[in-house]
Amino acid sequence: MGEKEMSAYHRPVPNTWWLKRTPYVLFMLRELTSIFVAGYCVFLLILVYKLTQGADAYGNFIDALKSPSSIALHFITLAFVLYHTITWFNLTPKILVLYKGEEQIPKALVAGVFYTGWVVVSIVVALLVLGM
Amino acid sequence: MAETIKLEIFRYRPEKESEPTFLTYEVPFLEDWVVLDAINHIKDEIDGTLSYRWSCQMGVCGSCGVMINGVPKLSCAAFLKDYYPDKIRVEPLTGFPVERDLISQIDDFMTKLTKIQPYIIRKRGEEKPLDEGEYLQTPAELARFKPYSMCINCMLCYAACPVYALDSTFIGPAAIALGQRYNMDSRDHGRSARQELIASHEGIWECTFVGECSAVCPKDVDPAAAIQRAKVSSTVDWFKDVLIPWGKKK
Amino acid sequence: MAKSNEPIWWSLFSAGGMVAAMLLPILIIITGILVPFGLGGNDLLNFERIHTAVSQNYPVKLILFIVITLPLFHWAHRFRFTLVDVGLKSVSTLISVLCYGSAITGTIVSVIIFLRI
Repeated sequence: MGEKEMSAYHRPVPNTWWLKRTPYVLFMLRELTSIFVAGYCVFLLILVYKLTQGADAYGNFIDALKSPSSIALHFITLAFVLYHTITWFNLTPKILVLYKGEEQIPKALVAGVFYTGWVVVSIVVALLVLGM
Repeated sequence: MAETIKLEIFRYRPEKESEPTFLTYEVPFLEDWVVLDAINHIKDEIDGTLSYRWSCQMGVCGSCGVMINGVPKLSCAAFLKDYYPDKIRVEPLTGFPVERDLISQIDDFMTKLTKIQPYIIRKRGEEKPLDEGEYLQTPAELARFKPYSMCINCMLCYAACPVYALDSTFIGPAAIALGQRYNMDSRDHGRSARQELIASHEGIWECTFVGECSAVCPKDVDPAAAIQRAKVSSTVDWFKDVLIPWGKKK
Repeated sequence: MAKSNEPIWWSLFSAGGMVAAMLLPILIIITGILVPFGLGGNDLLNFERIHTAVSQNYPVKLILFIVITLPLFHWAHRFRFTLVDVGLKSVSTLISVLCYGSAITGTIVSVIIFLRI
């Protein structure tokens, strides 16, 4: 190691680096949405498990959905999952860079396709569950 | 009474201190001055010992990158009036060792730029002799890689990248964007040669798509997009290698 | 520097992220708003309807299985990098094992449960 490297100053990076600027906080929030995504999937798995345990066990589980704590947890989860959805679709134009000749397909159009698909899928699922 | 503005500047003089300090300087506030003008004023009129990099003063050379209030910026592109009357804090770019004052050691960056093989690589036997003329390229083919060719090597993207700050083995945004500049050039056949570096653990796979690299880039290179697109193409390659192992290897 | 095997985890992460983005919001609205507030009728998720729909409809079963398991891999990959980003790089191999291991375990448990419907 030369003299220059020996005297160079290395600034330490604190583990709270992401609190220093808003873009980093928003990034960390986006990453943390994955916890709520996994949490809800576990909830769905439990729901399916209760289906295998008979009408009574399942019925109790569904009744518990009406409790204030369940509703509150659902709202928090929905907020985080929506943040995941929005950040996910907004990033699609960075991955899907498409060209028509020299012109790049506008970013809003690429993201718009995903948002539209999302609305369509949601409506289809809602109709299926409501009308099943 | 002429208006003034204060600059709080990171000082590090290895020959006399083992820890950096911040010194505050009061400079004239002029509407059309940028931070570089203020720093030049300090150097010329107040404290000649201040060390920093600069050159073109117009955002094309990439020399004057610094942290301004914690955000990586070209000091020639940051106007005093956007901060006035608040104090402006100036530090060397994050993620790099500090040699002196505002000067970072950029050897790691320079090494990575060369390792990515930033030149046209042709397949064996497909090099045209000079007297056969140029390789022709349509405007559409140029458009594919042009943004990635606009990089001025200012390293603001490295300073914005938390992955690089935490682990300097990460190849980094500019190097990968430069690799993609050649990968997407219709005249180039060198993608698989560059993949050893790009598709390695220290390459694209350390990136967590924070996206700040693209946000701070003064030339709209969009290295974040370059990296994510490389993830897609590298993943396709990987599946091809795994599912079609008898396929021809380039 | 050898080419990494990350693509397998990244593919699962991407697929899981897309599935979660597209399908989780409406499902959360169903279990978190429609059912508790009685919108869509009081029998929206009642045992007969749902058990029949899931046990007798192979496509429904498959989609539900995918909705439950793929996002687990999305979480595993993202959470692994989050832990590394807040300073746990020294135990990154352990973190990878725990994260992907949990997702794999969750998938195996799901297979077992789904086979019982």
